[in-house]
Amino acid sequence: MAFKGTIVIDTEKCKGCGVCVTGCPQKCIALGKKANKKGYNHLEIIADTCIGCANCAILCPDGVIEVYKVKV
Amino acid sequence: MTREEIIKPENLVYKKTKVLTDTVMHFCPGCGHGTTHKLVAEVIEEMGIQSETLGVAPVGCAVLAYNYFDVDIVEAAHGRAPALATAMKRLRPEKFVFTYQGDGDLAAIGTGETIHACNRGENITIIFVNNGIYGMTGGQMAPTTLEGMVTSTSPYGREQQFNGHPLKITELVAQLPGTYYVTRQAVYTPALVRKAKRAIRQAFEYQKLNKGVSFVEIVSNCNSGWKMSPVKANEWLEENMLPFYPLGDLKVPEKE
Repeated sequence: MAFKGTIVIDTEKCKGCGVCVTGCPQKCIALGKKANKKGYNHLEIIADTCIGCANCAILCPDGVIEVYKVKV
Repeated sequence: MTREEIIKPENLVYKKTKVLTDTVMHFCPGCGHGTTHKLVAEVIEEMGIQSETLGVAPVGCAVLAYNYFDVDIVEAAHGRAPALATAMKRLRPEKFVFTYQGDGDLAAIGTGETIHACNRGENITIIFVNNGIYGMTGGQMAPTTLEGMVTSTSPYGREQQFNGHPLKITELVAQLPGTYYVTRQAVYTPALVRKAKRAIRQAFEYQKLNKGVSFVEIVSNCNSGWKMSPVKANEWLEENMLPFYPLGDLKVPEKE
């Protein structure tokens, strides 16, 4: 059984700390080059390999990530 | 399967808990305080005790906790959170009372209150976030600062002869007969966050038994005070803080 997931990032609340990136086993997220209104380079999805493990969301100190997951 | 097909309410597996308000936290990027706030709020939500919980906020980085937790919170004078929590629990014993304190609050100015509340065995939960520095006021040396650690008031590193030894307050309170559950956790990897959440849940559950203080220390980072990037600060924490503040349970209740 495999899972497919995706995340929704609240880019305006993201502070660009990058702690979530260290927790991602699939390496599908990274800090982007675009900045939000506060000037932080916010998180972006860089690959379509998310498995919906929610590690990034659990690590996020500001709770800006929502995780969705389905069985495929 | 496209992204739009996955993003449906029935597929949601994780979102920010409702016990935290929508206010953007003032903490620096990557601060462990945010994660710890989230864990406490998630535990309150899972136990369904939002209306039964009273919190006490400290002075320090977490001073604005009342803006973030959607529960009743009282702001204590610096270090006096356990004293205030004692009064609250004695007056309203049916409520869950927790204090949320940093190391400058709990281990420096509030040492007396902490030790005596723990020694009396007050039936409260203490969440203690230890980052080894006074973060809010600009990174001064705290009692928990490691030997050799550079802070703004110890620019050549903390010296044992001049500044004394770092204080292991968690080991200290574990000696006291009034504590029921004492543990030390961290929140910089997903596995440790899950473990820390179980410990906080346990600490709230034990409050129902009226057996004494449940004390949870969270070893955290202070990337602004340590002058590092958040990810680097977490690596530094693992290499330097954890050998001195080893993770694990210091006191667990004996099985009956």
